[in-house]
Amino acid sequence: MAEPFTTLISHAVPLLRDNIDTDAISPGSRPQGLGVKTEFSEKGTSRLAEELFANWRYDQSGQERHDFVFNLPQFRSAKILIAGANFGCGSSRESAVWMLKEWGIRCIVAPSIAEIFTNNCFANGLLPVTLPETIVRELADEAQPGAPAALFRVDLSANSLVTPSGRTVGISLPEFRRRALLEGLDELAVTLQDQNQIAGYLVRARREWPWAYQLKALL
Amino acid sequence: MALTLLDKVWQRHSVADLGEGFHLLFVDRHLLNDLAGRGFLTLNRRGLPLRHPELTFAAADHTVATLWNAQEDPRGINNAYAKNLRENAATHGFRLFDVGDADHGIVHLVAAEQGLALPGLTIACGDSHTCTLGAIGALAWGIGQSELVHVLATQASVQRKPGSMRINLEGSLPESVTAKDVILHSIGRLGVAGAAGYAVEFAGPVIARMSMEERFTVCNMAVELGARFGLIAPDETTFVYLAGRPYSPRDRQWDAALQDWKSLCSDQGAEFAVERTIDVSLIEPQITWGTSPGQVIGIGENIPQTGVSDGEAANAARAALDYIGLTPGAPIKGTPIDMVFIGSCVNGRLSDLREAAAVVHGRKVAPNVTAWVSPGSEPVRRAAEAEGLADIFRGAGFKWGRPGCSMCAGSGDLMREIASPRQRVVSTTNRNFVGRQGPGSRTHLVSPSMAAAAALEGCIADVRDLR
Repeated sequence: MAEPFTTLISHAVPLLRDNIDTDAISPGSRPQGLGVKTEFSEKGTSRLAEELFANWRYDQSGQERHDFVFNLPQFRSAKILIAGANFGCGSSRESAVWMLKEWGIRCIVAPSIAEIFTNNCFANGLLPVTLPETIVRELADEAQPGAPAALFRVDLSANSLVTPSGRTVGISLPEFRRRALLEGLDELAVTLQDQNQIAGYLVRARREWPWAYQLKALL
Repeated sequence: MALTLLDKVWQRHSVADLGEGFHLLFVDRHLLNDLAGRGFLTLNRRGLPLRHPELTFAAADHTVATLWNAQEDPRGINNAYAKNLRENAATHGFRLFDVGDADHGIVHLVAAEQGLALPGLTIACGDSHTCTLGAIGALAWGIGQSELVHVLATQASVQRKPGSMRINLEGSLPESVTAKDVILHSIGRLGVAGAAGYAVEFAGPVIARMSMEERFTVCNMAVELGARFGLIAPDETTFVYLAGRPYSPRDRQWDAALQDWKSLCSDQGAEFAVERTIDVSLIEPQITWGTSPGQVIGIGENIPQTGVSDGEAANAARAALDYIGLTPGAPIKGTPIDMVFIGSCVNGRLSDLREAAAVVHGRKVAPNVTAWVSPGSEPVRRAAEAEGLADIFRGAGFKWGRPGCSMCAGSGDLMREIASPRQRVVSTTNRNFVGRQGPGSRTHLVSPSMAAAAALEGCIADVRDLR
């Protein structure tokens, strides 16, 4: 059971680069970092937020770079990320979502969001929102002052996003995804209720394509 | 109604229609790597069994070391990740192709070599390059860690049916232009989000003439086009490749399978939401100049000018060039390099090593370059050693390794197989992202023969000059 997603009121951090890949979000090869280790252990997640965008957030001596938006005081407690197109492309590593979540992000708005990353968002109770590029740019402009002035309101039950200036933008996502977020439903728990249906499928599939499932005999 | 290959394979695996294009799909083969450990922790914590161990197969590839001393027994060398996978295999009873075993390798190579990936099947794996196996006519896709737990527990996966896209590859490949160049060029043309939301079927005479190994190379990088799935309709080349593999159907089952597989193609008149045609006849050997696979040019071209525009693409190009340390407008050829890596799930097969060895033969690696080869699997390694390729590489000064992801993801040998900051690597891998091969590392993606040429010349080189 995940935490239900209902209404989110927060300022937003604008990062309008296109094609931000999951290697950038969750660098795998930092020798001191968690990187792939997070894929292995449920422990140590408290440091996930430190590693978020590590190659962009820190200089070579490990100091925070003041020109990176995540380090600016007015964005430090943002729960919304406004990003460029094809956000989350590349590796399937779910640590990218875990790190964003641990840092505080609950909603990502972008012109397009990579598909594996999108599914990883839903699995962790994050809301991925895609909107036309011109609108995303306008939202990023409104987000620019950061906290405390530029507050957005995401209301999932009303399918809307209200900007600091009071403009209402409609958002849409698949209904079963929306319901799962609103109710904090866990996809696996839902599917486990359909286990008989899956078993029935396999009986039929074995009959129709026996060549596909005769693996045990070969072991 | 005329159906696409995607339609056919999707339809037959739909357990339930969840509406709005989403389906619960049965997963015929679940492939695991050494990063699945957390998934098993979650499974155990929830008190759930592995639903179908007989449909689950594993190989440790991401974190294993690939450079051994000749005397070392790789089975004795392990790390926490490989060990953890071994323990989970023993506990849950799935087949592990273990480090050092005769059939170990990068999981995408193992699945093909073992005949686990078959036309018309669904294959999921916690690795975005699972689309490689679509080359065989299977629906193969990468999943995240939560989705992985879902497949472990249910042998099914909730997925949105992607749109259908076809890329027709026409013309004939010029000398020294390979499958890798074709896919790099396609990404450059269509963009890294050019197929986002689609399953891409690669088709046309160029594909028809390609070997299975070349087709794997093409489908491997479908994800670099933004697609979760790459597909190639199975044909005679596929059937010949599959015959006699350990897990391939046999005898009467083979006959039944073959009959079915011959129906697995997009019907005449099937409609694709997007269709693109690329003529390969005029392309050069390709090389990336930036930090995205779409930032790619022919070896004879100059590094792009970024101009003064403040558009997103120009900003991205300036940031990429700043990181990669190249001058706009200058030739890319002749840029000094530090390392060469040949291997990975895109170019770690026997034909890749043959292609590189043909260039290396009788020559030496430049003194300023560290170069190594990691065969993608143990069968590839043995075959390469048997036909003398390993001797050619070693004789030239290459290190000759064992299979694994190694430098591709900067995770090999627990993140020790990496380049140093600002080191320039010419690599046969599939991603040139910032920090991909180590913090501050600079990656140029190329074909195996282009990587070989760079190793010998000590700089970014045109393989055609060495022929």
